[in-house]
Amino acid sequence: MSSRTLPLLFINLGGEMLYILDQRLRAQNIPADKAKKAGWIEDDRRRVMNDIITTMFNKKFLEELFKPQELYSKKALRTVFDRLAHASIMRLNQASMDKLYDLMTMAFKYQVLLCPRPKDILLVSFNHMDAIKDFVKDTPSILSQVDETYRQLVEMYTTLSSGEFQLIRQTLLIFFQDMHIRVSIFLKDKVQNSNGRFVLPTNGPVPYGTQVPGLIRMFSCAGEEVTRRQFSNGGNYTAALREGSFEIFGDRVTKLGTNMYSVSRPVETHLSGTSKNSAQHTKVNVAPNPLAKEELNLLARLMGGLEVQKLGNADSGFRVNLFSTDEEEEEALISRPDDLLYGVINIQATKDQQANAELAKIMGEFTESGDQSPSSISKGDDLLAMMDGL
Amino acid sequence: MYHKEKSIQIKNSASALYNNLCALRIAPRRLTYFTVVHANVVNMVSASWDGLNYSHRQLQSKEPNVATSTSLIMQAAFCSLPSRDLLVVTSQKGIQVYESDGSIMVYWHALDIPETQTGKVASKLDFPCRFLSLGISTGAILVFDVPSKGSNITLSDVLEGHKESITDMASECCGGEVCIADLVSADDGGNLCVWKSGEEFKLLNHIPGFDISCSSVKLWKGTVVAGYGTGQIRLYEAVTGILHAEVNAHARWIYSLDIAPYSGLLLSAAEDSLVRVWHLTMTPESQSVEIAHLHNECVTDTQICGAKFCDADGYAFAVTGYDLSEIIRYTQS
Repeated sequence: MSSRTLPLLFINLGGEMLYILDQRLRAQNIPADKAKKAGWIEDDRRRVMNDIITTMFNKKFLEELFKPQELYSKKALRTVFDRLAHASIMRLNQASMDKLYDLMTMAFKYQVLLCPRPKDILLVSFNHMDAIKDFVKDTPSILSQVDETYRQLVEMYTTLSSGEFQLIRQTLLIFFQDMHIRVSIFLKDKVQNSNGRFVLPTNGPVPYGTQVPGLIRMFSCAGEEVTRRQFSNGGNYTAALREGSFEIFGDRVTKLGTNMYSVSRPVETHLSGTSKNSAQHTKVNVAPNPLAKEELNLLARLMGGLEVQKLGNADSGFRVNLFSTDEEEEEALISRPDDLLYGVINIQATKDQQANAELAKIMGEFTESGDQSPSSISKGDDLLAMMDGL
Repeated sequence: MYHKEKSIQIKNSASALYNNLCALRIAPRRLTYFTVVHANVVNMVSASWDGLNYSHRQLQSKEPNVATSTSLIMQAAFCSLPSRDLLVVTSQKGIQVYESDGSIMVYWHALDIPETQTGKVASKLDFPCRFLSLGISTGAILVFDVPSKGSNITLSDVLEGHKESITDMASECCGGEVCIADLVSADDGGNLCVWKSGEEFKLLNHIPGFDISCSSVKLWKGTVVAGYGTGQIRLYEAVTGILHAEVNAHARWIYSLDIAPYSGLLLSAAEDSLVRVWHLTMTPESQSVEIAHLHNECVTDTQICGAKFCDADGYAFAVTGYDLSEIIRYTQS
């Protein structure tokens, strides 16, 4: 499959994550007596967003990401995002992090499926990039990192053929296979059915470069058109819209990848009644995967560059809850169905050679299972958290 | 014209790959085998014609000498030789050939393309008479010689006709009649190559594309039927490259084409959730082929990735879709 998929997966998921966090940070209840500290809260929100975006666009990290390679496993990617979400003073509990990741992945799955043509995935990515640029427009240092990433995207992707983009799309669809988590904002907008599957309309504009179905033309041996016939296409299609821009600045035309959340539209996920096939799916990868060793070595290298903010003082960090109440959050953690456990790997990888060697040794002892690893916080930079099942 | 029958449940959902459904009719045992690819697993179902018995088997793509290595499968297809049927599974690492029920591996061939090459195995294959041909992502086509018995399959030729990744290939076994062209290959740029098989394969014609990927191709009575990423279907005369017809068939990327050779029925399926049935007729007076639209079926909210006729008359067909764990069947009313 395509070895150029990872950057697009990361940037789009990261973009969705930022939309959701931005919405939650704005919606977080500020008690009346702290109103005079409102300026502080606003600054904190901006600080959190800036910290996460800086980490996301870290030069060394992106260099690794843009190298041609196979996609990470779901668990490995979830670990990267866990780390990213904790790159600021914001703290998320396990349940909130799970919900955040569910929302991010379902949103991007939706965008990939609904893209009229495979190349439009690049336009979706540019929509996310445009929004990220807007989040950091007042901070020149981060802005330049974002601009550099635009250039890398344009350089790597604008020359690819439609067939290569379709391959990227197919690789992404294999990654998202069998995920049917219901998201309330999608259910409300009627873009997702109650069984978790997305609505694929048979009406609306056709993709750029495609004609509305219905015409048959037949030609003579000399190349002249001799007959024209129409047939009923079973849908209600209209002509294509203009093409979106693939430049660093421009009108992307498509709305996929733009921010659909707002303070007044809280987002919930429903975990009950998800596809029973997802349980069968996890049984497929039973054999220990030797590639996991390489993947984790890469993760360790990546993580070495991602600094986790140390909380010296409990007050200086603040917790964000993706649910409406603390009780709901606790309840969600307990009642999460087995087949939807992410099995997050907790790594406190360091630049230490010995630590990396130990990591590699631990890899040899893994077998895959659906168990969730216990969340553990290292007591210092030198400790390597043990992974409990892979 | 067609009505929906009871679906066959499969163990995993279908992956979004071109032509992701294959069917083999075993008349003496009144069974049909179906194969559907899910990531690195081939799901095989053997369905009895009376609808009462289904048995399932799963094959994982593995190299025989590296027990734990798995890779994503590109295609699983049945190849029918006069004396035997084989199941060929192509993956990123190479190909494996099994007996048609998936029970025994008869042959494997690892691709020794170094890792640094960005192309992966876009393994598409089809079977002109005794040859098994495999198209890969560099554009080359490997031809294997298959004996009527035993596992002595050997690589006999490498055809260079394409510069881009091969997306699909089709063959026509003309039986007693003389065939001029018996293999056609398509690539990511929409280019088509028409070949004649033999001791040495001969390139008969090259039909240039328009930078639109040709995802599915079929060969019938000397006519090439090609489906493209823009949703168009085009009919070309294989040897001369003359365009006979152009159809704005689908609103999205076409994923699968199939032809029922006895009746000239054509099946097309795309990401737009629609399966369409067409009729191809040869008109000897004008020496051309005509296409007429017969029927539509909509598989709601599903991006279709495989559609196949279950028999050579086109009396029944089956469909698979991305994320769908069933094979949907339709029969003529």
